[in-house]
This record gives sequence, C-alpha cells and structure tokens, in this order.
Amino acid sequence: MHHTTLNPIVQKIIDVTSQDTSLCYQCGKCSAGCPLRDFMEIPPNRIVRYLQLGLYDLALTSSTIWLCAGCQTCSSRCPKNFEIAKLMDALREISVEEGIQPKDKKVLKFHNAFLKQIKKYGRSFELGMVGDYKLSTGNLFQDLGLAPETLMKRKMGFRPHKIVGIEKIQKIFDKSMKRDTK
Amino acid sequence: MRIGVFTCHCGENIGRTVDCPAVSKACADFPGVVHSEDYKYMCSDPGQNLIKQAIKEKNLNAVVVGSCSPHMHEKTFRKACSDAGINPFQVEIANLREHCSWIHDDVPSATLKAIDMMRMMVEKVKFNGPLTPIRVPVTKRALVIGGGISGIQASLDIANAGYEVILVEKEPSIGGHMSQLSETFPTLDCSQCILTPRMVEVYQHSKIKLMSYSEVENVEGFIGNFSVTIRKKARSVKDELCTGCGLCVQKCPIKKVALSEFDEGLATRPAMYVPFPQAVPNIPVIDRTICTYFKNGKCQMCKKVCGREAIDFEQQDELVKEEVGSIIIATGYKLYTIDKKPDDSPIHGYGEYGYGKYKDVVSGLQFERIASASGPTSGEMLRPSDKKVPKKIVFIQCVGSRDEAKGFSYCSKICCMYTAKHAMLYKHKVHDGEAYVFYMDIRAGGKMYEEFVRRAIEEDGVKYIRGRVSRIYQDDGKIIVKGEDTIAGVKVEIDADMAVLATAMMAQTEAPKLAQTLGVPYDKYGFINEVHPKLRPVETSSGGIFLAGACNSPRDIPDSVAMASAAAAKALVLFGSDMLEREPVVAKVNEATCAGCLYCKKVCAYNAVEAKEIKDRNGNLIKVVAYVNSGLCQGCGTCNATCPSKSVELLGFKDDQIYAQINAFAEV
Amino acid sequence: MNFGYYPGCSLQGTAKEFDLSLKEVLKVLDVNLNEINDWCCCGASSAHVMSHILSVALPARNLLLAKHRGMQNVVAPCAACYNRLKVSQHELKFDEKMRMKVEEILEEKISNGVEILNLIGLFQKIGLGKIKTAIKINLKEIKAACYYGCLLVRPHDILKFDDPENPSSMEEIVSIIGAKPIEWNYKIECCGASHSIDNTEIVEQLSKNILNDAIKHDANVIVVACPMCHSNLDMRQKNILKKYPQQKAIPILYLTQLLGLSMGLNYKDLGLHLHYINPVPMLEEKVKVEEVTI
Repeated sequence: MHHTTLNPIVQKIIDVTSQDTSLCYQCGKCSAGCPLRDFMEIPPNRIVRYLQLGLYDLALTSSTIWLCAGCQTCSSRCPKNFEIAKLMDALREISVEEGIQPKDKKVLKFHNAFLKQIKKYGRSFELGMVGDYKLSTGNLFQDLGLAPETLMKRKMGFRPHKIVGIEKIQKIFDKSMKRDTK
Repeated sequence: MRIGVFTCHCGENIGRTVDCPAVSKACADFPGVVHSEDYKYMCSDPGQNLIKQAIKEKNLNAVVVGSCSPHMHEKTFRKACSDAGINPFQVEIANLREHCSWIHDDVPSATLKAIDMMRMMVEKVKFNGPLTPIRVPVTKRALVIGGGISGIQASLDIANAGYEVILVEKEPSIGGHMSQLSETFPTLDCSQCILTPRMVEVYQHSKIKLMSYSEVENVEGFIGNFSVTIRKKARSVKDELCTGCGLCVQKCPIKKVALSEFDEGLATRPAMYVPFPQAVPNIPVIDRTICTYFKNGKCQMCKKVCGREAIDFEQQDELVKEEVGSIIIATGYKLYTIDKKPDDSPIHGYGEYGYGKYKDVVSGLQFERIASASGPTSGEMLRPSDKKVPKKIVFIQCVGSRDEAKGFSYCSKICCMYTAKHAMLYKHKVHDGEAYVFYMDIRAGGKMYEEFVRRAIEEDGVKYIRGRVSRIYQDDGKIIVKGEDTIAGVKVEIDADMAVLATAMMAQTEAPKLAQTLGVPYDKYGFINEVHPKLRPVETSSGGIFLAGACNSPRDIPDSVAMASAAAAKALVLFGSDMLEREPVVAKVNEATCAGCLYCKKVCAYNAVEAKEIKDRNGNLIKVVAYVNSGLCQGCGTCNATCPSKSVELLGFKDDQIYAQINAFAEV
Repeated sequence: MNFGYYPGCSLQGTAKEFDLSLKEVLKVLDVNLNEINDWCCCGASSAHVMSHILSVALPARNLLLAKHRGMQNVVAPCAACYNRLKVSQHELKFDEKMRMKVEEILEEKISNGVEILNLIGLFQKIGLGKIKTAIKINLKEIKAACYYGCLLVRPHDILKFDDPENPSSMEEIVSIIGAKPIEWNYKIECCGASHSIDNTEIVEQLSKNILNDAIKHDANVIVVACPMCHSNLDMRQKNILKKYPQQKAIPILYLTQLLGLSMGLNYKDLGLHLHYINPVPMLEEKVKVEEVTI
C-alpha cells in the first residue's frame, strides 16, 4: 500500500478488501460480464476509475453499488484478482456511514427490513420482513397477487421463531454496526 | 614492497563526501607506501598516465587505487599498470564510492572510513602474488540449438564466416513457428516465401551440419571446450538413401488418426509424414505410436513402395558426440493453450472463452493456418465447424498475457501486431465481412508498426473496441462474445461467426530441462536469462553459451533475427583467437594437505572440481585429492569456505590476504 | 452416516419443500442429519451488503455452535448459507485482524475444523454408487437443465468446488439417476438474487433469460440447488408468463426432489404441490412409472 494520506474512505476500502484500487487497469472485463450492468447508469469498472481519480462522491452516490447483486462474476474473472464484489460491499458500508441517500432507496430499505428481523428474532421472519419493507416503501400492494397462494401453501410462517440465544445476536449486531475502524 | 596509492575524487561523486587530499596524505604514511597522490578523474587518460609515470619513476611493484566499484574500472587500472610493467594482479581497488561516499553524509567520518579502507587494501596487496591469465584452447565450431528463424540466422552467420556449425532441431523439419505463418507484419510478406530460401541455404551449406529430429541430451565442458551428446531420434528412414519422392507418405493407410502438429490440430496427418511440403530436410518420419507395423507387425506399405529401400523399421535412436567451442540457444516459444490445467500449473485456463469446447474459437496460430495457402483450407477463410465463410469475426487480444489471475503478468509483445495483421488478412479475403478487435492497449513500437495498425483501422475498416471480453459461448451456430467498450462506457455484445484468441507466448515446456542440462539460469516462466538486460542481452551467465530469439522473452521476427546475428558475433569473437584468456582468480588445491574428502566437489556449482589420483613412481595409488579445472572454475570461493582442512584457496583472495585486511581494520 | 445440519431461514419458510424432499431422500439413503441447536441466520446477502464484520460474525456463531456439538461437518443445502459459512470461515482463518475482532464480539476463541458441505457435496460424500442402488423409477425422458447460479461455484478460490466456468457435478448426479442433463449456456448466470423484492423487474428479466435458454436447449425441467434461485425462477415465473404471452412454462425442481422422484417417493412427500409452477403435468407425461433394474 502506498498511500501517504489515509483518507478514511480509502482506509475503509483497504480494511474490507485488503487491496488497493491501483491494481485495476480498467480492462472492463467486470462490466462486460456483470448481469446487472444493463440496469446500471455507471458500469462497475467506471466506479473503480472514479475511486482511482479521487471522485468518491460520484462512486458513492451511484445506483451501481446498490444494484450489485454480489454474484461474484466480476471478481472471478478479473485478470488482476481484484475483488470488485468486495469493493462494492465496502462502498455500500461507507455510503451508509456517510449518510448518503442512495439513488434507489428500495434496495437499502429491503436490507434494513431483513436485518431488523434477524436482530429481533435471530432468524428471518419473512412475513414480518415483507410487511416492514412495504411500510417503508409505501408500496403496500406489491406482490399482493402472490399472497393468497403463498399463505395457503404455508410457505410463510404466521409467527416468528425467536431463538434462545437472541441476546447474543443483539450483542453481535450492536458491536458490528458500531462505526469503528480496524 | 613498493606500493603506490592513488585516490580518485571521481568528480563530485567521492570528493563531495570524502576529503580526498586528506586521504592521500594519510596513505603516504602507511608502511610500504612510497608514493601517494590524488586526482579528480583517475580513470581518464591523464589520470592513468599519473599511475604509469609513478610506477616508472618510483619503481613501484604494487598499486592501490581508491575509486569507484571494481566492476567499473578494475580492468582499466589493471591494464594501465600492466602497460607500465607490473603484474596486473598486484593492483587492488578500494571502493570509496559505492562503499563509502555514496552511502554516508558526514564528511569527517566518511573520510576516516575511507582511510581505513585504503589501509586495508594496502595491507592486502602486500600479500598479493603475481598471477598469469589462464589460457585454454578454443574449438572453433558452434552448436546452435533450435532450427527456427533465430537458429537459422545464427547458423548462417557463423557458417558464412568460415566456421562449422552443428544445427540441432527437435522437429523433423527446420523452420519453426515462422514456417506456420501465412504473412508477416508489417510488410505482409508471405512467410514461407522469405523463410524457405534460408532453410535451403542451411541445408546446402557446406559448413552446416544439420541434425533434424534430434535433441541435445547432455553437455559437459566449458567455454571453448564443450562436449555435447546429441540424440538423433529414429525416423525409421535412412536419410542418406531417401530422395524425398513422397510415395510412402501418399500410400500410408493410417491417414486420419493423428492431428497435424503443423496445422495446429486443424487437420490430420498420416502415420508416415512430412510436416509440410516445403520441409527441410524433405525426409519423412514414422510416428511409431500409431503406425500399424509398430503396433502389430502388419502393413509395411511404405517399405513396399519405396524404390530406394530407404525404410528401416529397425532403426534406433543414435547418440552422437560432438566437440564445440560455443553454444547458441535458439529454442523459441510455444503458444499458451488455455484449456484446463492441473492445479499446480501457473496457468489456470479460460473456461469462460470456450477454447477447446467450441470449434470456431481458435488460437492465433490456428488462424495463421486457416489463412495460409498451404493450410487445411488452402488459404480460404473458412471456419472450422462447418467450413462456411465467417461474415463476422472477433479477435481478442491479451489472452493469457497481462493476466496475473489466469495467465502471465507479462505482455507477449507480438499479439497487437499479429491481430492487426489477422484482421487485415480477413478483410482482404472477405470484403463484406466485419472484423472486431477487443484490446486493452495497442503496443506497436517497431518500425512502421504504428502505421500498420492504423492501416487496419483506417483503410481496412477493422473496428477496434477498447475493453476485455467476459465470456464467449455458442448459440444457434453463432459465437456470442460479451465484451465492453470502456471508452464509451457501453456493453458490446457481438454474435460472431468465429473468434480468434491472441494467446500468450510462453517458454517451451522443455526449456527448463535444457537450461539445467546446459547449466544456465532461467526465470519463473521458463525463459532463459540474459546476463544483463541492458548491456548484455545475448549472453548467458555461462561463458560461451549465448541465446537468441523468443527463448529469452516474447519477441518478434526482426528482433529475433538481430539477436541471432548478435549471438553469432559473440561466438565469432570467441573463435577469433586460438587460445582463450581467462582471469586467474580461480581456486587452487594444496595437494599436500588435501585429505580427499571431496566436499568441495559436492558444493561446486560449475562442476569444476575433479578427483585426482596421486600415484607413486610404480603406479601405486598414494591418495586421492581434489583438483580444480581452472578452465571451468568461476572463482566463487564456495570450495574455499567449505574445505575443512583449509586446503583450497582462491588465488587473489587467499587467506593471508583476507586476514591482512581484517587485521588492518581491527587495529584502529 | 451422520451430518451436521444447517437448514438456514429459507428452508423453514419459503423453501419448505427443499427441506422436506432432502429429509425424505436421506431417509431412503439411511443418512442422519443433526440440526445445529438454536442456529441463527447466516446474514444472507443483507449482512455483507451492510456490514463486513456482521457478515463474518453471524456465520461464525453457527460454526462455533457446530464445533461445540462435536460436529465434523455441516451441510448447508442453501447455496447462499453455504457460501456465507465458507467465506466467513476463510476470513477467520486468513485475516488475523478480523478473527480477533470477531472473537471479541462473540466472546469466544475461534478455531477451525468444521467441514462445510453444499448439497451436491453432501451427495458426493454419501457416494454416487449408493444413490444409484436406490433408484427405482426410470427418468430417461427427463431432460434437465442443471442450474448452479452464482454462490455454489464462486468465488472459486475459497469454495474450491467444481469448475467455476463449466461445472458438471450436478450433471453427474442427474446422469446417475437416469435423467438426461442437457448442455446449455446459462448454468452459472445470475438470476438477480435478493433484488427479488426491491427490484422485481430486474429479477424477472434475468430469470426470463435463464428460463428461455433452458427451453431453447430442449430442457423440460430446470434443476436447482438454491432456494433463492428456485424462488426467482419458480415464483417469479408466474408473472413472467403473464407479462409475456409467448413464454412457455417450465417447472423448477430442487435436486433433492428429482432424486426423490427417481427413488419412487410420492409427490406430496417431496413437496411438489408447494411450487408455483406445477411440475405434475410434465412429470405425468415424461415419467413412466415402471421398475428399473440397475
């Protein structure tokens, strides 16, 4: 690592990925294979380019980092073994810490709804999560068509299962989500 | 001893940090020193004259120079002293630059250190004895390993200078990869047209002994005196009787079993075959792994039709011994094959490109064969799967190159140029076709190279897309290529008819083994190492062994040819004298004290130590001692460090010389 | 044979039939599953998206629980759970700073040792030969497109499972049981994963491409080993069919369900009635219920 100034964003990226963005020589293979690329305004390789140029805002406010599905196609084909999928994770974490409102709020809302259930019960309570998500997005009618069939087939439990060691889980959440650097 | 001490300022290099006049003054007081002076540039003519004058006037018999590293000017000062009449090995250099002025800031302490260093050398030189260079005879014959364009060039240069050359080639014919190419960049010359005259010249040259279908098995000896064992593999044909009529090849019934190596697997060849029509020598070879006679004793069709009784099924490999003075390695390269490799291989393959899975995804050399008039499609642009003319063709550069994850981190140098060439050849033959090239950078640094690539884009309409390809797969007979253009920031998906992968140049598989046989170092990729990348590009660290062409590093034809001539020149320098002078800084065994444990022999990296029998006058064995072959010894001193009885010494660095230095330093 | 078992959240909910069919098949093969007591969610996609440390700590807790119970191995049938468990284990092994942090959070020392298996790995451990002996029904009319998705095979450096570009381990099992695996181009293409809820149209588009490629290559069923993939290809297929009238329907089966069918288990026990796209009509047409001698 050759950074003389430890910009906190750069530090976080190094903490999570253990890599330096200077590895990337902008070949574009990641973007070429990204299944979500068609829906992104800024392709993945360009996000890395923004970071290389110090244009952190452009990277952190993009919809790209939230549309990334973590499929790892990019990381597995990158000729420099650069872990772009992990980089996207790091950028999301930084974005939330900096309080940047994502372009596509729904993705963040979904993840928040999901994690809320885990923190409360230790396991995913799908009905609760879907409910939370709908309330936070205001779209109460989403997937309503599937509801009858899903409930009839008992594919979603009506009651959550709370694990015995739930306090431990809450402790894990509290300690992990604290904003400290390594 | 009458010692002269000369302190050089080296301009500012030493003078800025070391007070040279003070050093010179201090040295004048050392016992044994009768002359001491300092000067700005000792290595210059006037500087050297100062030394020569002092030697004559003061009758000096030893000289110490405080200057830059001995690597730079030891030779200079030794010659100057030798010219003035003292033995050049009674000259010692104190490195006041790299070991003192360049690494310290403080002038007073650096000056004191310099004085110490000079004193150490003065004390050492008192124990120096005169040494004479070792002279070894030179065998004025060369061995060239590899019959590609580099080997051919080197052979012709040496042979035309009047010396004999043995050219060893492992394939049945010389020509190498250049004979597989259709046209060469940047002139678009027909490759075989410019190559075959040279091949014939080699074959007909009275001074070149061509040993094709042969491999170097063992090498012993040293510069000027190599003893090489070559294995002549059995062709099953007596080459002195064969006329090259080709009837046996025609009549061989096993036609479809083996894939042609020359056509890169795109066509078959018979069991009895000549690799290509213009092969030199035009003598066929029997592939014993598939020949019916060798499998069950039947057929013998070739023997029946041969009018000269040249077929010899009983022929065995023959081991031939040759004495040569110089060896040139010109073994060339092989192309990266990107199918799956074993886990410990440095290559991890490109499953995402479908090479080996889809017939219409081919490598660079395979495309050359398709484009070549002597190839499987007679030069027509036809794709391998259904022999249709591809209307859309995609070329992908950097496959295996510049890729730490799945290939090699280096750049293969030639792919940008040959891809442009391929695209142009395609467009010249398929006027309404579309050609696309996916690239990361364009490396076109040679003469007329940049113009060549621009021609492909501006005149022949080849579309260059800047970005790598993520995946290739087949759908409905089309080759789907999924790439990206990073300049425009758009996805580029092409449903092509064919894809050509510009695969990396890599070292031959057997290159490391050959390097070990010759005792030359090679790098982690198997490329043979040169001594110094800037100033000694065609020499290996083993004296008398030179290299040329792609065996050293990815390289194109003009550079390979230039390098081959350079290597030939090096060999000719060697042949220029009957005797070779070598530095006498070699190991010497004191046979009186040597116990014959031969540990020194075990640790010698140059195989320079032999066991020697000491016999009495009646021929009875008294003892066995170690003996150092001064022609092979490189003066590394390992034996000296290993010997338990202190019986081996390094001349020029004897124990008493070293102890004198240490003592001089220790008594402050 | 005994295996530690980590079902994961989906197998208790929307992927119930995966759990059911797995248990039915393992009953026939005489294999026991010991569920990790009081396991918690592995974090799935959401943890690693929101917090690196959380995404390592949650699976770590489960691995510790398994270790306490003396389990040598843990089977995680859900590909996402498998992936998160393996990645967490890898990071704890090679990233000392991370391990110390997680040990501090969990208030326990972490040591290695548990072998983590995915569904296919489980069957490989049981032995394909043993599976073959349990075959009763001839499935030769079943042309299966084996869909791996992303998380079973990537990242290869950590999972070291099969060939990340051209896997064949599922096809091997499908062949052993007599069905015909087909060659197709979307084996490892992403279905859109967790965007199922927040960006359903994306998932519909990506899944449509997968379904179509399978149909194009003559598959009459797609076989999966991941509840997320199943949901995207099966549950979301309903809307795809509605939006695109030309679209053909193709049933999506869990590998365990296909295995169960070859063993002669009944549809209800295998949870086939819990799918959104009904596989029964295709099965009734293609599977002739006759005895097969192997």
